[in-house]
Amino acid sequence: MRDKNAETMQKYHNDFLREVEANVEEGDWVHMCMQCGVCAGSCPLGDAWEHSPQKIFMMIRAGKREEVLTSDSMWMCTSCYNCIVRCPRELPITHIMHGLANYAHRLGIAPKMNPTRRFAKLFWNNIVKTGRVNELKLSISLYFMDGFTNGVKTSLEMTGMGLGMLKTGRLDAMGLLRSHGIKDKSGLHKALKKAREIEDARKGLS
Amino acid sequence: MAKEYSFYPGCSSERRASASNYMVSVESMCDTLDIKLNEIPDWNCCGASIGYAEGGELPRHVMNARNMALSEEASPGQDIIATCAACWLGTKETSERLRGSDALMADTNEALKEAGLQVKADQEVRHMVEALIEDLGYDELAKPVTKPLEGIKIAGYVGCQTNRPFGIVGESFENPKYLDKLVETVGAEPVEAYDQKVTCCGGALAFSEPDKSQVLIKKIIESAYDHGAEMIVTPCPVCQLNVEVYQGMINKKYNTKFNIPVMYYSQLMAVAYGSSAKEAGLNGNVVRSKKLEEIAAK
Ligand code: SF4
Ligand code: SF4
Repeated sequence: MRDKNAETMQKYHNDFLREVEANVEEGDWVHMCMQCGVCAGSCPLGDAWEHSPQKIFMMIRAGKREEVLTSDSMWMCTSCYNCIVRCPRELPITHIMHGLANYAHRLGIAPKMNPTRRFAKLFWNNIVKTGRVNELKLSISLYFMDGFTNGVKTSLEMTGMGLGMLKTGRLDAMGLLRSHGIKDKSGLHKALKKAREIEDARKGLS
Repeated sequence: MAKEYSFYPGCSSERRASASNYMVSVESMCDTLDIKLNEIPDWNCCGASIGYAEGGELPRHVMNARNMALSEEASPGQDIIATCAACWLGTKETSERLRGSDALMADTNEALKEAGLQVKADQEVRHMVEALIEDLGYDELAKPVTKPLEGIKIAGYVGCQTNRPFGIVGESFENPKYLDKLVETVGAEPVEAYDQKVTCCGGALAFSEPDKSQVLIKKIIESAYDHGAEMIVTPCPVCQLNVEVYQGMINKKYNTKFNIPVMYYSQLMAVAYGSSAKEAGLNGNVVRSKKLEEIAAK
């Protein structure tokens, strides 16, 4: 297999800021950060961030490529947009965090076992298949993500919640069988395939 | 005259999905207010806040742009209204990016051509709450109230995505008041000192990082109780789900006794407008609100 990670590293001669500017969503904003620290106190799961967004921006400029891309910090972003509305320089911080996470994931160097990375992958595959979320299939794949025994344990823990949802008609017990989704699945699939091709070509991921 | 909008209901609103009761109450509310919603034909998922990780940038925009293109064809000239905060945010974000970048517009249309579609991004993308407040206004919304929700103390939990980054015109990010005003409009009592009104519920990470997210959810509920609220109201299906259904797990873990109903603004309005419990989707709540059910039965 080709090593995309090594290839891109070589292409940018270890100029990580330039690489981020070229390949990461909204990455050309990173150099605008003035290190004021406002965003660092804004994340709801703050304790779980080994490196705050402020620190990540500093590390990008310092060329700490490996440390940034293998970090699980960006994966703690809840998309709360606190940072965006507070940043005095109006950096689209949320999107940069998403962009870094996506880039690391596509290069294959994001933390393998991070639950949000794995959930996000399940989620995207779930919606792309039929065009709409199938909540039951999604929950089941989520519970069984760590193997069968853990899956049974998680589903038992979640039974109270699931039963409540079933009883109130907010979960579809037949969701595994019933056909579901949009009519023009094939149109959607073709459009998404094209979109990925264009994006990968631009970001050197193809 | 009826107000007409192009309507993007989103996955959670579907029959037998997690916010199906939201949809039921929205239909009742809109009936009363003479609002006509023209559902976007064959709409797809918005990608939600978590779609970025595998979906990346362009595929995510293409998901949203497909809905916009279908809406432009089916209901030209109308604003797009979403009831889900994540759907609204995702679609609005795509709309703004497309308007701001010719290159992204060209890429998006190249991809959409594969599905025989073309997007212009010429419709405004708005949340239902915006349309209610800006196009009708609180006075109009108060007129059809026949059963004021008197004496009910309600904490307005705004959450993140209807509030940031776009927000509702005229509201502050740190202390938005529109939910409190809606609570007043239906004759109930807003808990204005509720200090967790814009705290994040964990969003999609409530699934992937349950323990960390439940710390946030606990704060949101605790503060509502501390300020004397007997009910929480929210405009977002993700907030509603997270704050309602994890109460049992939090009780087990922290030895708390949470059992507080978490309702949609549209459910309060439907009941105040005289809808039955069923029409207001009250039977869809895991934690039922006896008070609202009593008023609806009167
Ligand atoms: S708030 Fe903005 S300028 Fe301040 S550290 Fe964060 S990103 Fe940089
Ligand atoms: S959007 Fe993400 S990066 Fe910004 S404050 Fe929230 S969790 Fe932190």
